[in-house]
Amino acid sequence: MTTRVGVVVFPGSNCEYDAAAAVTAVGAHSEFVWHTATSLDGLDAVILPGGFAHGDYLRPGALARFSPVMTAVAEFAAAGGSVLGICNGFQVLTEAGLLPGALQKNRGLTFLCQPSLLEVVTSNSILTSRATVGATLSIPINHFSGSYTCDDATYERLVANDQIVLRYVENPNGSRDAIAGVSNEAGNVVGLMPHPERAMTALLGSSDGRVLLESFVAGKLVTR
Amino acid sequence: MKFSVVVEVSLRTGIADPEGATIERALPALGFEGISSVRAGKCFRLNVEASSEAEALERAIALADRLLSNPVIEQSTARIEATA
Repeated sequence: MTTRVGVVVFPGSNCEYDAAAAVTAVGAHSEFVWHTATSLDGLDAVILPGGFAHGDYLRPGALARFSPVMTAVAEFAAAGGSVLGICNGFQVLTEAGLLPGALQKNRGLTFLCQPSLLEVVTSNSILTSRATVGATLSIPINHFSGSYTCDDATYERLVANDQIVLRYVENPNGSRDAIAGVSNEAGNVVGLMPHPERAMTALLGSSDGRVLLESFVAGKLVTR
Repeated sequence: MKFSVVVEVSLRTGIADPEGATIERALPALGFEGISSVRAGKCFRLNVEASSEAEALERAIALADRLLSNPVIEQSTARIEATA
């Protein structure tokens, strides 16, 4: 059966069409879910795309976490559903408490829009179940607040539970331990700052995002 | 009663503050010597309906913890400015 992926659209999202196209490119069905939706019934997976939800006023993700759909996303995640936050979507998931840590302004205070090399740290997540641990992927980044931060206790839990999903080969934004993406404890909720949906075809610079999208729509539940 | 409350949100100690660091680095070039430990933050002014100052501050801190700050990396303080 075709996997049905909902792409959440907040006022100010701007990567929803890229995310939907990437989902379609790996053979799944995509549909948009407006941020006022209160149910995710019928969906197998959900993506929170990049952009500037609610204008990023106050802090990225600070207002989006109060959109009605986020209650549904939290329930969906708690029930084991696959949830992926890309860039602004990652910021929303941390603000909502569905992922540990926080994203703060880049070290150097520069908006970064460039290719980045990522190392696959674990295959124990819905985003990397089909990726090879240790492999290097070229995926673009496009953010101002992408510096991953967390306290020592959280960091130790991330390491102990294998929740660090991707690391930058060359840390571009000052993230703690060069972390580019993390998962929740169960591995069914993943957030990352880089944009795998923009790395789907060699014609546009890289197709390294495919393995991540393929993993995600395969929806392999993680056993820990 | 209406109380004018000022809420200050700043990064927790130990959390890197690139904005504060950049400001601090710029100061000597502008002739400001001897300035250190610059930390950047946000300031909010709100009018709060409450029966006492203590209640007004309590409500302001509650909303600061829920919305104005991200408690993972930020801390908030509230003070009464004047009775509006």
